[in-house]
Amino acid sequence: MSILINKDTRIVTQGITGNTGEFHTTQCLEYAHGRDCFVAGVTPGKEGQEVQGVPVYNTVKDAKEQHGVNASVIYVPPRFAASAIDEAVDAELDLVICITEGIPVADMIKTRDRMRKMNSKTVLVGPNCPGVITPDEVKIGIMPGYIHKKGKVGIVSRSGTLTYEAVHQVSALGMGQSSCVGIGGDPVNGLKHIDVLKMFNDDPETEAVVMCGEIGGTDEEECAAWMKDNMTKPVVGFIAGVTAPPGKRMGHAGAIISGGQGTAQSKIDALEAAGAFVTLNPSEMGATLKKALG
Amino acid sequence: MNVHEYQGKEILRKYGVTTPRGIACFTVDEAVAAAEKLGGNVWVVKAQIHAGGRGKGGGVKVATSMQQVREYADAILGMQLVTPQTGAEGKEVKRLYIEEGADIADELYIGALVDRETQKVVLMCSSEGGMDIEEVAEHTPEKILKIFVDPTDGLDRAEAEDVCAKIGIPAEAVAEGADFLAGLYEAFVKSDASLAEINPLVVTGDNRVIALDAKFNIDSNALYRQPEIMEYRDLDEEDDNEIEASKWDLSYISLDGNIGCLVNGAGLAMATMDIIKLYGGDPANFLDVGGGANAEQVTEAFKIMLGNKNVEGILVNIFGGIMQCDVIAEGIVAAAQQVDMTVPLVVRLEGTNVERGRQILDDSDVKLQTATTMADAAEKIVAAVKA
Repeated sequence: MSILINKDTRIVTQGITGNTGEFHTTQCLEYAHGRDCFVAGVTPGKEGQEVQGVPVYNTVKDAKEQHGVNASVIYVPPRFAASAIDEAVDAELDLVICITEGIPVADMIKTRDRMRKMNSKTVLVGPNCPGVITPDEVKIGIMPGYIHKKGKVGIVSRSGTLTYEAVHQVSALGMGQSSCVGIGGDPVNGLKHIDVLKMFNDDPETEAVVMCGEIGGTDEEECAAWMKDNMTKPVVGFIAGVTAPPGKRMGHAGAIISGGQGTAQSKIDALEAAGAFVTLNPSEMGATLKKALG
Repeated sequence: MNVHEYQGKEILRKYGVTTPRGIACFTVDEAVAAAEKLGGNVWVVKAQIHAGGRGKGGGVKVATSMQQVREYADAILGMQLVTPQTGAEGKEVKRLYIEEGADIADELYIGALVDRETQKVVLMCSSEGGMDIEEVAEHTPEKILKIFVDPTDGLDRAEAEDVCAKIGIPAEAVAEGADFLAGLYEAFVKSDASLAEINPLVVTGDNRVIALDAKFNIDSNALYRQPEIMEYRDLDEEDDNEIEASKWDLSYISLDGNIGCLVNGAGLAMATMDIIKLYGGDPANFLDVGGGANAEQVTEAFKIMLGNKNVEGILVNIFGGIMQCDVIAEGIVAAAQQVDMTVPLVVRLEGTNVERGRQILDDSDVKLQTATTMADAAEKIVAAVKA
């Protein structure tokens, strides 16, 4: 088992004819069951073309009707990306993974508000995230597939390369991953740590979770409050940004300590109080996991 | 992107928010001419720098004669203004704002920002004007009232009036207060702000509601559709290294330490700073070269780090995904040929094409130490800098 995606997921790439969309779709096609999973692409006005053998449509709705698509991945440029999410939501897909970085926050506020008011069942991952992978089944996003190994550790993170670091350490221990979810570094996004932890908690194949948080917002604190009474599996936590000064945005639009909120220390304290195994050393996420599993 | 107070007030006026009349100036003579043009008998001479807390550092003075306007303008222009937000070295004042005096009956606080939890814009309103709102939030949180604005429906008029009354705006001015909130919300949304703070908002003796100060922060992802606000950018207020880095699409933040770090990805870059500290060192910067950096960007990144006179060692930490380790290794070799690598260098490569990357470094004559894990890298660079 896994969460969010598996070899039966049918995916459309939005923005497939752009350089990024084509490059990463090619990589994903070559990973495990990619050829079966990536069935369509969308770029308005380019219907009838093919990218790496994948047929291109004008709209997500057309791609869904033709191929039974239930998930999408978005590589559309930032100024059009929020409406690309809206389109996938309107097509009632189960899952939308938005890789695009640099979407104006105001656009995401509108898109999320729209989803809430429609009572949309679509799950949004991102934006500004590396995507989701279920090792040996399917990879949707920009992560390097080969570092992953099938196994029983769930990984969730706000940052791309830090996720790879965690995956690498887990794989190096001979353990593998059930699924890895990059939720992204933007202030207004879809799935949060708490949502992904709930999924891992309910997934019978996941035995432990590694969670990489970072400064900014209070998502990790909210997740910790839920974990306290509900999480039945060991959680290893690392929070990036202990040394980040307040008021400075650390790359990600969401990674900023402001209004006294979002410090690494408050997140570390909350996770420890919730029983998580927190390490201050990003080189020891794997070792800490081993300890957590006894 | 931050803007100056006078620019923030221009934005506010565009959306019907009342501010005192004022004129921005670059010289003492301009300041005196501005005061004459404004008329009246009280003027406020205000330093324009991006940091807050200007009054505490002597950057805001009330003048009651032309002689005083000249005196204060002369003292403030060119001073190194030190505020709680500038750091000890302060910030040179290059612009002034001359404003008409206001008849202040009460000082209040209004801030607008994006609430991540509700994913809405929240207006934070408090009777405690002029105070540091973070302290109010910590000690007397009940004094901050919040309005979460529905993105489709906009600000609810009745709710706005209710909150205005509760923070102490007199009954006669409540309608004007609600107009003020509506204007501020519109200004926030239409200018793609990520923060707008009016501290203080004042109620005047004749019950007018005006913005005495204005702090705006604009979402840099939205600047492409804000050409007028782009014009407000003041490079004097930004760190030279950060400006240079942004030209090369590098995300760079100056810090106080002596170990430069070059990393791909924001989270890993923060984690690298953290591990340097954990092993007893001090990071000199945050530097994310992004997902697809090329040799040229790596070279520029080295130039920026080596341009910082505090840097006594450099740690490169790359987890290759899409970015390939051999490309980074070539970038390091190319950079070493172009810049004088005068400080110890530790390189940790992992991920895609790592073997080829390590080979390139081994074969080159660049003086460096390689490391296998982040901990190994941090230990080596900290030792090298202390040696």
